[in-house]
Amino acid sequence: MAKHHIETTVNGDATEFLCETEDTLLDVLRDTLQLTGSKEGCASGDCGACSVMLDGRLVCSCLVLGCEVAGRKVDTIEGVAKGQALHPLQQKFLEHAALQCGICTPGFIVASKALLERNPNPTDTEIRYWLAGNLCRCTGYDKIVTAVKDAAVALRKG
Amino acid sequence: MRYEAPETAESAAALLAATADARVLAGGTDLLVQMRSDIVDPALIVDIKRITETRRVTEEKGGWRVGAAVTGAELKEHPRLKKVWPGVVEAANLIGSTQVQGRATLGGNLCNGSPAADSVPALIAAGAVATAAGPQGRRDIPVEDVMLGPRKLALTRGEFVLSFLLPPRPPRSSDAYLRFIPRTEMDIAVVGAGVSLTIDSGGTITAARVSLGAVAPRVLLVREAATAIIGSRLEKEAQDRLEAAARAACTPIDDKRGTVEFRVQVAGVLTRRAALIALDRARTS
Repeated sequence: MAKHHIETTVNGDATEFLCETEDTLLDVLRDTLQLTGSKEGCASGDCGACSVMLDGRLVCSCLVLGCEVAGRKVDTIEGVAKGQALHPLQQKFLEHAALQCGICTPGFIVASKALLERNPNPTDTEIRYWLAGNLCRCTGYDKIVTAVKDAAVALRKG
Repeated sequence: MRYEAPETAESAAALLAATADARVLAGGTDLLVQMRSDIVDPALIVDIKRITETRRVTEEKGGWRVGAAVTGAELKEHPRLKKVWPGVVEAANLIGSTQVQGRATLGGNLCNGSPAADSVPALIAAGAVATAAGPQGRRDIPVEDVMLGPRKLALTRGEFVLSFLLPPRPPRSSDAYLRFIPRTEMDIAVVGAGVSLTIDSGGTITAARVSLGAVAPRVLLVREAATAIIGSRLEKEAQDRLEAAARAACTPIDDKRGTVEFRVQVAGVLTRRAALIALDRARTS
Protein backbone atom coordinates (compact mmCIF):
# COMPACT_ATOMS: atom_id res chain seq x y z
CA MET A 1 0.00 0.00 0.00
CA ALA A 2 1.02 3.60 -0.43
CA LYS A 3 3.33 5.15 2.09
CA HIS A 4 2.01 7.63 4.62
CA HIS A 5 2.72 11.27 3.90
CA ILE A 6 3.45 12.94 7.23
CA GLU A 7 3.78 16.67 7.89
CA THR A 8 5.41 17.59 11.16
CA THR A 9 7.87 19.98 12.81
CA VAL A 10 11.43 18.86 13.53
CA ASN A 11 13.74 21.17 15.46
CA GLY A 12 11.45 24.08 14.66
CA ASP A 13 11.38 23.46 10.91
CA ALA A 14 8.28 22.36 9.01
CA THR A 15 9.18 18.91 7.71
CA GLU A 16 7.47 16.27 5.62
CA PHE A 17 8.35 12.68 4.95
CA LEU A 18 7.00 9.39 3.63
CA CYS A 19 6.97 6.30 5.83
CA GLU A 20 5.56 2.81 6.19
CA THR A 21 3.30 2.08 9.17
CA GLU A 22 5.96 -0.01 10.89
CA ASP A 23 8.69 2.64 10.55
CA THR A 24 9.53 4.11 13.92
CA LEU A 25 10.24 7.78 14.46
CA LEU A 26 13.87 6.73 14.96
CA ASP A 27 13.89 5.00 11.55
CA VAL A 28 12.46 8.13 9.96
CA LEU A 29 14.88 10.50 11.70
CA ARG A 30 17.96 8.46 10.82
CA ASP A 31 17.16 6.90 7.48
CA THR A 32 14.80 9.38 5.83
CA LEU A 33 15.64 12.77 7.35
CA GLN A 34 19.36 11.95 7.75
CA LEU A 35 19.30 13.14 11.35
CA THR A 36 21.66 10.45 12.62
CA GLY A 37 22.43 12.01 15.99
CA SER A 38 19.73 9.89 17.66
CA LYS A 39 21.14 6.38 18.00
CA GLU A 40 19.59 2.94 17.94
CA GLY A 41 20.85 0.95 20.89
CA CYS A 42 18.22 -1.59 21.85
CA ALA A 43 15.16 -0.67 19.73
CA SER A 44 12.98 -1.69 22.68
CA GLY A 45 12.86 1.41 24.91
CA ASP A 46 15.43 0.19 27.39
CA CYS A 47 18.59 2.17 26.59
CA GLY A 48 17.52 5.75 25.86
CA ALA A 49 20.09 6.31 23.06
CA CYS A 50 17.23 7.40 20.76
CA SER A 51 15.75 9.93 23.21
CA VAL A 52 13.96 12.87 21.60
CA MET A 53 11.35 15.39 22.70
CA LEU A 54 7.83 14.87 21.33
CA ASP A 55 5.53 17.84 22.03
CA GLY A 56 7.88 18.79 24.87
CA ARG A 57 7.88 15.32 26.41
CA LEU A 58 10.96 13.07 26.65
CA VAL A 59 10.36 9.80 24.78
CA CYS A 60 12.28 6.99 23.10
CA SER A 61 11.91 7.56 19.37
CA CYS A 62 12.18 3.79 18.83
CA LEU A 63 8.83 3.44 20.65
CA VAL A 64 7.00 6.00 18.49
CA LEU A 65 5.70 5.31 15.00
CA GLY A 66 6.60 7.82 12.32
CA CYS A 67 2.88 8.12 11.53
CA GLU A 68 2.16 9.31 15.04
CA VAL A 69 4.08 12.57 14.75
CA ALA A 70 1.79 14.16 12.14
CA GLY A 71 1.15 17.71 13.33
CA ARG A 72 3.39 17.26 16.39
CA LYS A 73 6.68 18.86 17.38
CA VAL A 74 9.82 16.75 17.43
CA ASP A 75 13.07 18.03 18.90
CA THR A 76 16.28 16.03 18.50
CA ILE A 77 19.93 16.31 19.52
CA GLU A 78 20.58 18.18 16.26
CA GLY A 79 18.61 21.14 17.61
CA VAL A 80 20.45 21.42 20.91
CA ALA A 81 23.51 23.43 19.82
CA LYS A 82 22.90 26.88 18.39
CA GLY A 83 25.00 26.90 15.23
CA GLN A 84 28.61 26.44 16.32
CA ALA A 85 27.80 27.29 19.95
CA LEU A 86 27.48 24.19 22.07
CA HIS A 87 24.74 23.95 24.68
CA PRO A 88 26.20 24.15 28.22
CA LEU A 89 25.36 20.45 28.67
CA GLN A 90 27.41 19.54 25.60
CA GLN A 91 30.28 21.75 26.80
CA LYS A 92 30.23 20.20 30.27
CA PHE A 93 30.08 16.64 28.91
CA LEU A 94 33.30 17.45 27.04
CA GLU A 95 34.98 19.17 29.99
CA HIS A 96 34.19 16.35 32.40
CA ALA A 97 34.92 13.57 29.88
CA ALA A 98 31.37 12.31 30.42
CA LEU A 99 31.58 10.15 27.32
CA GLN A 100 33.86 7.58 25.82
CA CYS A 101 32.38 5.76 22.81
CA GLY A 102 29.66 8.40 22.51
CA ILE A 103 26.76 6.24 21.36
CA CYS A 104 24.67 7.02 24.45
CA THR A 105 25.65 10.71 24.58
CA PRO A 106 22.96 12.27 22.36
CA GLY A 107 20.29 10.53 24.42
CA PHE A 108 21.88 11.67 27.68
CA ILE A 109 22.10 15.27 26.45
CA VAL A 110 18.46 15.35 25.30
CA ALA A 111 17.26 13.69 28.52
CA SER A 112 19.41 15.94 30.74
CA LYS A 113 18.18 19.05 28.95
CA ALA A 114 14.58 17.97 29.63
CA LEU A 115 15.47 17.50 33.31
CA LEU A 116 17.15 20.90 33.70
CA GLU A 117 14.24 22.66 32.01
CA ARG A 118 11.93 21.22 34.68
CA ASN A 119 14.34 21.24 37.59
CA PRO A 120 17.19 23.76 37.30
CA ASN A 121 18.90 22.53 40.48
CA PRO A 122 18.57 18.74 40.71
CA THR A 123 20.24 16.62 43.36
CA ASP A 124 22.48 13.69 42.42
CA THR A 125 19.63 11.33 43.24
CA GLU A 126 17.17 13.25 41.08
CA ILE A 127 19.65 13.20 38.19
CA ARG A 128 20.27 9.47 38.55
CA TYR A 129 16.57 8.60 38.68
CA TRP A 130 15.68 10.88 35.78
CA LEU A 131 18.48 9.36 33.67
CA ALA A 132 17.83 5.76 34.72
CA GLY A 133 16.40 5.08 31.25
CA ASN A 134 19.69 6.07 29.61
CA LEU A 135 22.29 3.35 29.66
CA CYS A 136 26.04 3.95 29.34
CA ARG A 137 28.47 1.03 29.24
CA CYS A 138 31.65 3.15 29.29
CA THR A 139 31.65 5.86 31.91
CA GLY A 140 30.15 4.31 35.01
CA TYR A 141 27.79 7.34 35.13
CA ASP A 142 29.66 9.42 37.75
CA LYS A 143 31.15 11.74 35.17
CA ILE A 144 27.77 12.16 33.52
CA VAL A 145 26.14 13.15 36.81
CA THR A 146 28.99 15.59 37.48
CA ALA A 147 28.62 17.12 34.02
CA VAL A 148 24.86 17.54 34.40
CA LYS A 149 25.30 19.21 37.79
CA ASP A 150 27.94 21.54 36.44
CA ALA A 151 25.78 22.38 33.43
CA ALA A 152 22.94 23.17 35.82
CA VAL A 153 25.20 25.65 37.61
CA ALA A 154 26.20 27.22 34.29
CA LEU A 155 22.57 27.48 33.15
CA ARG A 156 21.46 29.02 36.43
CA LYS A 157 24.15 31.69 36.06
CA GLY A 158 22.74 32.29 32.57
CA MET B 1 0.15 -2.84 7.78
CA ARG B 2 -2.44 -0.05 7.90
CA TYR B 3 -2.42 2.85 10.37
CA GLU B 4 -5.47 4.86 11.36
CA ALA B 5 -5.81 7.62 13.93
CA PRO B 6 -9.56 8.29 14.20
CA GLU B 7 -10.90 11.23 16.14
CA THR B 8 -14.01 9.60 17.57
CA ALA B 9 -14.55 6.47 19.67
CA GLU B 10 -17.23 5.32 17.25
CA SER B 11 -14.96 5.38 14.22
CA ALA B 12 -12.19 3.64 16.20
CA ALA B 13 -14.62 0.88 17.20
CA ALA B 14 -15.80 0.51 13.60
CA LEU B 15 -12.21 0.21 12.35
CA LEU B 16 -11.30 -2.33 15.05
CA ALA B 17 -14.43 -4.37 14.36
CA ALA B 18 -13.84 -4.46 10.62
CA THR B 19 -10.37 -6.03 10.80
CA ALA B 20 -9.74 -9.34 12.51
CA ASP B 21 -6.09 -8.67 13.21
CA ALA B 22 -6.24 -5.10 14.50
CA ARG B 23 -4.35 -3.71 17.47
CA VAL B 24 -5.02 -0.62 19.55
CA LEU B 25 -2.10 1.81 19.91
CA ALA B 26 -2.02 4.00 23.01
CA GLY B 27 1.51 4.71 24.32
CA GLY B 28 3.08 1.96 22.27
CA THR B 29 5.57 0.91 24.94
CA ASP B 30 4.38 -2.69 24.77
CA LEU B 31 2.92 -2.87 21.24
CA LEU B 32 5.98 -1.53 19.42
CA VAL B 33 8.29 -3.87 21.33
CA GLN B 34 6.02 -6.82 20.48
CA MET B 35 5.97 -5.79 16.82
CA ARG B 36 9.73 -5.41 16.75
CA SER B 37 10.27 -8.86 18.23
CA ASP B 38 7.70 -10.43 15.86
CA ILE B 39 5.34 -11.43 18.67
CA VAL B 40 2.54 -9.56 16.88
CA ASP B 41 2.16 -8.49 13.26
CA PRO B 42 -1.17 -6.69 13.05
CA ALA B 43 -2.90 -5.88 9.77
CA LEU B 44 -4.20 -2.63 11.24
CA ILE B 45 -3.05 -0.29 14.01
CA VAL B 46 -5.68 2.03 15.46
CA ASP B 47 -4.04 4.92 17.31
CA ILE B 48 -6.58 6.13 19.90
CA LYS B 49 -4.66 9.22 21.00
CA ARG B 50 -6.50 11.59 18.64
CA ILE B 51 -9.77 10.79 20.42
CA THR B 52 -10.17 13.65 22.89
CA GLU B 53 -11.76 11.49 25.59
CA THR B 54 -8.70 9.23 25.80
CA ARG B 55 -6.38 12.14 26.52
CA ARG B 56 -8.04 14.16 29.26
CA VAL B 57 -8.55 14.12 33.02
CA THR B 58 -11.86 15.61 34.15
CA GLU B 59 -14.03 15.68 37.26
CA GLU B 60 -17.21 13.64 36.91
CA LYS B 61 -19.94 12.90 39.45
CA GLY B 62 -17.61 13.84 42.28
CA GLY B 63 -14.94 11.45 41.00
CA TRP B 64 -12.30 11.62 38.30
CA ARG B 65 -12.53 10.43 34.71
CA VAL B 66 -9.06 9.57 33.37
CA GLY B 67 -8.58 8.93 29.66
CA ALA B 68 -7.11 5.58 28.67
CA ALA B 69 -4.24 7.28 26.81
CA VAL B 70 -3.22 9.70 29.58
CA THR B 71 0.47 9.05 30.31
CA GLY B 72 2.18 8.38 33.60
CA ALA B 73 4.03 11.70 33.36
CA GLU B 74 0.73 13.55 32.88
CA LEU B 75 -0.83 11.81 35.87
CA LYS B 76 2.16 12.80 38.00
CA GLU B 77 1.91 16.43 36.93
CA HIS B 78 -1.84 16.69 37.46
CA PRO B 79 -2.39 19.27 40.20
CA ARG B 80 -5.09 17.37 42.14
CA LEU B 81 -5.19 13.71 41.19
CA LYS B 82 -2.19 12.71 43.27
CA LYS B 83 -3.77 14.15 46.42
CA VAL B 84 -6.99 12.17 45.98
CA TRP B 85 -5.51 8.96 44.51
CA PRO B 86 -1.82 8.84 45.51
CA GLY B 87 -1.72 5.06 45.14
CA VAL B 88 -2.99 5.08 41.57
CA VAL B 89 -0.54 7.80 40.55
CA GLU B 90 2.45 6.19 42.28
CA ALA B 91 1.64 2.84 40.69
CA ALA B 92 1.47 4.37 37.21
CA ASN B 93 4.73 6.21 37.88
CA LEU B 94 6.56 2.97 38.70
CA ILE B 95 6.29 1.82 35.10
CA GLY B 96 9.59 2.17 33.26
CA SER B 97 11.96 5.08 32.77
CA THR B 98 11.33 8.81 32.33
CA GLN B 99 11.09 8.16 28.60
CA VAL B 100 8.55 5.35 29.08
CA GLN B 101 6.59 7.55 31.52
CA GLY B 102 6.23 10.06 28.69
CA ARG B 103 4.33 7.47 26.66
CA ALA B 104 2.98 4.63 28.81
CA THR B 105 -0.74 4.85 29.61
CA LEU B 106 -3.23 3.39 32.08
CA GLY B 107 -5.31 1.89 29.28
CA GLY B 108 -2.29 0.26 27.70
CA ASN B 109 -1.06 -1.11 30.98
CA LEU B 110 -4.42 -2.80 31.57
CA CYS B 111 -5.04 -3.99 28.01
CA ASN B 112 -1.53 -5.36 27.52
CA GLY B 113 -2.96 -8.11 29.70
CA SER B 114 -0.01 -8.73 32.00
CA PRO B 115 -0.75 -10.06 35.51
CA ALA B 116 2.27 -8.01 36.68
CA ALA B 117 1.01 -4.63 35.37
CA ASP B 118 1.76 -2.10 38.09
CA SER B 119 -1.15 0.29 37.67
CA VAL B 120 -3.82 -2.42 37.60
CA PRO B 121 -3.81 -3.47 41.30
CA ALA B 122 -3.99 0.22 42.23
CA LEU B 123 -6.95 0.78 39.87
CA ILE B 124 -8.74 -2.30 41.17
CA ALA B 125 -8.16 -1.29 44.80
CA ALA B 126 -9.48 2.16 43.90
CA GLY B 127 -12.71 0.66 42.61
CA ALA B 128 -12.04 2.10 39.17
CA VAL B 129 -14.48 1.30 36.37
CA ALA B 130 -13.31 1.08 32.76
CA THR B 131 -15.54 2.53 30.08
CA ALA B 132 -15.21 0.48 26.90
CA ALA B 133 -16.35 1.71 23.52
CA GLY B 134 -17.40 -0.77 20.86
CA PRO B 135 -19.57 -1.25 17.78
CA GLN B 136 -22.64 -1.68 20.03
CA GLY B 137 -21.91 1.48 22.00
CA ARG B 138 -20.36 1.92 25.41
CA ARG B 139 -20.38 -0.15 28.57
CA ASP B 140 -18.81 0.11 32.00
CA ILE B 141 -16.71 -2.78 33.30
CA PRO B 142 -15.12 -2.91 36.78
CA VAL B 143 -11.36 -3.02 36.16
CA GLU B 144 -11.06 -6.35 37.99
CA ASP B 145 -13.33 -7.89 35.33
CA VAL B 146 -11.43 -6.60 32.28
CA MET B 147 -8.59 -9.09 32.40
CA LEU B 148 -9.37 -12.81 32.16
CA GLY B 149 -5.82 -14.16 32.08
CA PRO B 150 -2.41 -13.44 30.56
CA ARG B 151 -3.06 -11.49 27.31
CA LYS B 152 -6.78 -12.34 27.54
CA LEU B 153 -9.33 -9.56 27.98
CA ALA B 154 -13.10 -9.55 28.46
CA LEU B 155 -13.42 -7.13 25.54
CA THR B 156 -15.36 -8.21 22.46
CA ARG B 157 -14.27 -7.61 18.87
CA GLY B 158 -14.09 -3.90 18.15
CA GLU B 159 -14.15 -2.91 21.82
CA PHE B 160 -11.40 -0.88 23.45
CA VAL B 161 -10.98 0.93 26.75
CA LEU B 162 -11.75 4.62 26.34
CA SER B 163 -11.36 5.88 29.92
CA PHE B 164 -11.52 5.03 33.60
CA LEU B 165 -13.79 6.47 36.29
CA LEU B 166 -12.23 6.77 39.73
CA PRO B 167 -15.17 6.99 42.14
CA PRO B 168 -15.94 9.87 44.53
CA ARG B 169 -13.77 9.83 47.64
CA PRO B 170 -15.35 10.04 51.11
CA PRO B 171 -13.43 12.03 53.74
CA ARG B 172 -10.51 10.20 55.43
CA SER B 173 -9.86 7.95 52.46
CA SER B 174 -6.59 7.07 50.76
CA ASP B 175 -4.70 4.40 48.89
CA ALA B 176 -1.22 3.02 48.33
CA TYR B 177 0.58 0.66 45.97
CA LEU B 178 3.80 -1.24 46.64
CA ARG B 179 5.66 -3.70 44.51
CA PHE B 180 8.70 -5.90 44.99
CA ILE B 181 11.46 -5.89 42.41
CA PRO B 182 15.06 -7.02 42.93
CA ARG B 183 16.43 -3.60 41.96
CA THR B 184 15.45 -0.04 42.82
CA GLU B 185 13.40 0.74 39.70
CA MET B 186 12.69 -0.10 36.07
CA ASP B 187 11.73 -3.72 36.52
CA ILE B 188 8.64 -5.90 36.34
CA ALA B 189 6.79 -6.56 39.59
CA VAL B 190 7.51 -9.88 41.30
CA VAL B 191 4.54 -9.03 43.51
CA GLY B 192 2.37 -5.89 43.55
CA ALA B 193 -0.14 -4.89 46.25
CA GLY B 194 -2.72 -2.11 46.15
CA VAL B 195 -4.86 -1.09 49.12
CA SER B 196 -7.55 1.57 49.29
CA LEU B 197 -9.43 2.34 52.51
CA THR B 198 -11.67 4.77 54.36
CA ILE B 199 -11.67 5.38 58.13
CA ASP B 200 -14.24 7.04 60.39
CA SER B 201 -13.43 9.93 62.72
CA GLY B 202 -12.34 7.43 65.37
CA GLY B 203 -9.85 5.74 63.04
CA THR B 204 -11.85 2.56 62.39
CA ILE B 205 -11.72 1.25 58.83
CA THR B 206 -15.21 1.45 57.32
CA ALA B 207 -14.40 0.43 53.75
CA ALA B 208 -11.44 -1.23 52.05
CA ARG B 209 -10.38 -2.86 48.81
CA VAL B 210 -7.24 -4.95 48.35
CA SER B 211 -5.73 -6.07 45.06
CA LEU B 212 -2.71 -8.23 44.27
CA GLY B 213 -0.66 -8.42 41.07
CA ALA B 214 1.81 -11.01 39.72
CA VAL B 215 0.59 -13.77 42.05
CA ALA B 216 -2.08 -15.33 39.80
CA PRO B 217 -2.96 -15.52 36.08
CA ARG B 218 -4.79 -12.21 36.46
CA VAL B 219 -4.66 -9.29 38.87
CA LEU B 220 -6.84 -10.23 41.85
CA LEU B 221 -9.43 -8.34 43.85
CA VAL B 222 -9.04 -9.98 47.27
CA ARG B 223 -12.33 -9.45 49.10
CA GLU B 224 -11.28 -11.64 52.05
CA ALA B 225 -8.32 -9.35 52.70
CA ALA B 226 -10.58 -6.32 52.78
CA THR B 227 -13.03 -8.09 55.09
CA ALA B 228 -10.12 -8.88 57.40
CA ILE B 229 -9.51 -5.22 58.20
CA ILE B 230 -12.95 -3.59 57.85
CA GLY B 231 -14.14 -2.72 61.38
CA SER B 232 -10.58 -2.70 62.73
CA ARG B 233 -8.11 0.06 63.36
CA LEU B 234 -5.43 -2.06 61.70
CA GLU B 235 -4.09 -3.29 65.02
CA LYS B 236 -1.50 -6.08 65.01
CA GLU B 237 -4.20 -8.78 64.96
CA ALA B 238 -5.94 -7.16 61.99
CA GLN B 239 -2.61 -6.87 60.17
CA ASP B 240 -2.02 -10.58 60.75
CA ARG B 241 -5.49 -11.43 59.40
CA LEU B 242 -4.82 -9.20 56.40
CA GLU B 243 -1.51 -10.90 55.67
CA ALA B 244 -3.02 -14.35 55.98
CA ALA B 245 -5.92 -13.47 53.66
CA ALA B 246 -3.56 -11.98 51.09
CA ARG B 247 -1.31 -15.03 51.13
CA ALA B 248 -4.29 -17.37 50.87
CA ALA B 249 -5.43 -15.66 47.65
CA CYS B 250 -2.12 -16.25 45.84
CA THR B 251 -1.70 -18.92 43.17
CA PRO B 252 1.57 -17.78 41.61
CA ILE B 253 3.99 -19.50 39.26
CA ASP B 254 7.68 -20.18 39.74
CA ASP B 255 9.76 -18.20 37.30
CA LYS B 256 13.08 -16.44 37.02
CA ARG B 257 11.73 -13.46 38.94
CA GLY B 258 10.48 -15.33 42.00
CA THR B 259 9.45 -18.67 43.43
CA VAL B 260 5.94 -19.58 44.54
CA GLU B 261 6.97 -19.57 48.19
CA PHE B 262 8.70 -16.20 47.90
CA ARG B 263 5.81 -14.55 46.07
CA VAL B 264 3.23 -15.78 48.59
CA GLN B 265 5.33 -14.55 51.51
CA VAL B 266 6.02 -11.16 49.90
CA ALA B 267 2.36 -10.70 48.95
CA GLY B 268 1.45 -10.80 52.65
CA VAL B 269 4.20 -8.39 53.65
CA LEU B 270 3.49 -5.87 50.88
CA THR B 271 -0.26 -5.93 51.53
CA ARG B 272 0.31 -5.12 55.21
CA ARG B 273 2.77 -2.33 54.39
CA ALA B 274 0.51 -0.84 51.71
CA ALA B 275 -2.43 -0.90 54.14
CA LEU B 276 -0.37 0.92 56.79
CA ILE B 277 0.67 3.58 54.26
CA ALA B 278 -2.94 3.99 53.06
CA LEU B 279 -4.11 4.28 56.68
CA ASP B 280 -1.51 6.90 57.46
CA ARG B 281 -2.50 8.87 54.38
CA ALA B 282 -6.22 8.57 55.22
CA ARG B 283 -5.56 10.03 58.69
CA THR B 284 -3.95 13.11 57.20
CA SER B 285 -6.10 13.47 54.09
